[in-house]
Amino acid sequence: MSENNEYPQITAKNLIVNNSPHIQSPVTISSIMWEVNLALLPVIAMAVYNFGIRAFLIILLSVLGSVFAEYFIQTNLRRIPTTISDGSAVLTGTLLALCLPVAIPLWIAFLGGFIAIALGKQVYGGLGQNIFNPAHVARAILLASWPVYMNTWLKPGLGTNISTVDAVTTATPLGLLKEVAKNSDKVAELAKSGQSIIQYIFETLNINFSDMLLGLKIGGSLGETSKLAIILGAFYLLIRKHINLYAPGAMFATVFVGAYIYGGDADYAMFHLLAGGLFLGAFFMVTDMVTSPITPLGKMIFGFGCGAITLLIRLKGGYPEGVCYSILIMNAFVPLIDKFCKPRRFGVVKPKVESVEAQKDKGASK
Amino acid sequence: MLAPKTFSGGIHPPAMKKTSSKAIVKLPLPDKVVLHLSQHIGAPAKCNFQINDKVIYGQILAEAGGFVSAPVHATVSGRIIAFGNFKHPLGQSTPAVVIERDKEAQEPIYTEKPIKGISLPPAEIMKRIKDAGIVGLGGAAFPTHVKLSPPAGVVIDTVILNGAECEPCLTSDHRTLLEQPEKVVDGLKLVMKVLNAKRGYIAIEDNKEDAIQVVDSVVNEAFGIDVQPLVTKYPQGGEKQLIKAVTGREVPNGKLPSDVGVVVMNVTTAAAVSDAVNYCMPLTEKTVTLAGECVKNPGNYRVRIGTTISDFIQMTGGLKEDVPLKKVILGGPMMGFALYDLNTPIIKGTSGILCWSEKEAQMKPRTGCLRCGKCVEACPMGLEPLILDALINAKRFEEAEKEGLLNCVNCGCCAYSCPGGNPLVQNFIVAKNKILADKKKQAAAKDNKK
Repeated sequence: MSENNEYPQITAKNLIVNNSPHIQSPVTISSIMWEVNLALLPVIAMAVYNFGIRAFLIILLSVLGSVFAEYFIQTNLRRIPTTISDGSAVLTGTLLALCLPVAIPLWIAFLGGFIAIALGKQVYGGLGQNIFNPAHVARAILLASWPVYMNTWLKPGLGTNISTVDAVTTATPLGLLKEVAKNSDKVAELAKSGQSIIQYIFETLNINFSDMLLGLKIGGSLGETSKLAIILGAFYLLIRKHINLYAPGAMFATVFVGAYIYGGDADYAMFHLLAGGLFLGAFFMVTDMVTSPITPLGKMIFGFGCGAITLLIRLKGGYPEGVCYSILIMNAFVPLIDKFCKPRRFGVVKPKVESVEAQKDKGASK
Repeated sequence: MLAPKTFSGGIHPPAMKKTSSKAIVKLPLPDKVVLHLSQHIGAPAKCNFQINDKVIYGQILAEAGGFVSAPVHATVSGRIIAFGNFKHPLGQSTPAVVIERDKEAQEPIYTEKPIKGISLPPAEIMKRIKDAGIVGLGGAAFPTHVKLSPPAGVVIDTVILNGAECEPCLTSDHRTLLEQPEKVVDGLKLVMKVLNAKRGYIAIEDNKEDAIQVVDSVVNEAFGIDVQPLVTKYPQGGEKQLIKAVTGREVPNGKLPSDVGVVVMNVTTAAAVSDAVNYCMPLTEKTVTLAGECVKNPGNYRVRIGTTISDFIQMTGGLKEDVPLKKVILGGPMMGFALYDLNTPIIKGTSGILCWSEKEAQMKPRTGCLRCGKCVEACPMGLEPLILDALINAKRFEEAEKEGLLNCVNCGCCAYSCPGGNPLVQNFIVAKNKILADKKKQAAAKDNKK
């Protein structure tokens, strides 16, 4: 029948046949991971500016430890294709390094990076399977294993030496707050002189709120001191829609309101907001896709829990800072939160049939 | 004009509607047509002809095989040269009739003696729609006369014409709205008369500003018809999402639009209804968008139903020689079907054919689940695709069903948005078929016991 056909038959071979959809969004796991890495660049830059070249070495070694662990475990133990190029191991290593003090020995940075991937991620089955934030798992292990190294804080801006011999140690604002709060004589003395505890800390450390925002003269972990750099990175991720404000917003609000109620004044609440690792934790750890709840309500509950536990540890616990542990604790509740915070399903509630006239009236009144 | 409306969830895929400025071109007649007896949902049509019988254009070739069925008409005049199983666009081979066109034969002209269809009694309008073999032309191909016969006691107060055309690449509805707005509005009036519905909406996504303007200038306010602009978002044209956006009513799971007093119909179906009632014209032609990097002349074409896709592409000027064809999609890229054989004919529900090059057909590699929740955000049915996927992979079908698997509308938003490239909706379709088949088996076993 086709001999005298005007239109010759098209013979197409090896056509791809698969189920719809036939298009996909350009976003990939790798692109998300590298974009988060990109968002951390201002934080890294501030870390190097504040703490010198040693900060860069710590970040580098931590990343190397992470990437090495990922590569080694995937190729030698799990015998699967390695995924080190997707940027997730690099991100874990970077995040861990940003939670470390600059004075730690360099080998601890490498070991920490290795632990983060080995015990924080690959042991669960790799990307997307881990319950706890890998960087914080490693930080918790390092803190428990080498508490002195992990609590030695150097004054920023003093020398860019790789060696830490001539460096000057300092207290972190939260560390000083804890020290003062524990010392009842000091508290009584401050109460008598009429000076607030925050004023005392600012005077002792010679800092103010704008220093805390910029992170120039503050002791602390590499990446947590400059809030401005963190906000810059977070802003980029918000625009790119890789994170949203549900969880960080709830965490900030909880810490601020809780501290306000406890301390009784706005300065005190503001101090808790800007001190320590709250910003880094809230924007880069609490928003970790793998270890946070899925729905907006779940994220808010998660953020609230993180904020509440952070404050509880800061005010009543043994450690001056509680962001790391609060996030780890709340990570454990994520499956439970997810179970109870489901999205509203379409077509489940029996609908009322409104008359069209009523509908139109409503529309018109809008 | 009304303010744009929308639903919750959904995605914003690239529009890729490069053929929206191309006017509909009527193609020459094909030398042969392959007419499937099953071009609609429901019982296949029954053909009473023998091989070598002569048929005339527009003659009923196969009668409706039941109430939920539709007749199939000869789309060219000629001789029946074959009966048998031929490739159906949905994959399987199903019974079809092949007609070879008689090049000398004159075709009856239907448009000569128009009648004012709107003055006809509803029963006559309904009969003409049924006799013309009209089915939902948006793709689902549900027989239109069945849609227009709601069960006793069900009151339909609203008819929505679906001109959202939310699928990327497709522009045939858009062109129909631009070129035949009177026909579309007339079809809506006829349908509203049959259903005795008071309100009519022509819902159009707001990326088709020109179509909204044109149709708005044609609609008759007194008749209770409005143009309803919609926010441009996929799947805005999904039946349940469309009803929710336009009327605020939510079709309960397992129920039909008629349960909330609404009938939804594609704009091109309405145009066909107008022709069927005013001219007694059977459904023999279809407006099809041809697009993709591999075709020489992408555009919108009016083509006889039953034309094979190979003939169709050749009639429009063929494929580019220098761009190898890698994928052929029948329908849009979100819910269309990939073809492996270009001898497949165009059926009543075909709205677009995409001929894609390797670059266009590229898919990203699967890299696992990040629990990012983008699929949950995208799901217009409020499901959690990542959880459904995990349950299905663990073969925990009952739990997946409890999580709402059977509410999935196959829109593909989850798989589109997944950064890990996971085949989510694909997995769900397989699992749903399995669950439904198991249920059937169980019901059958129960019946046997009785």
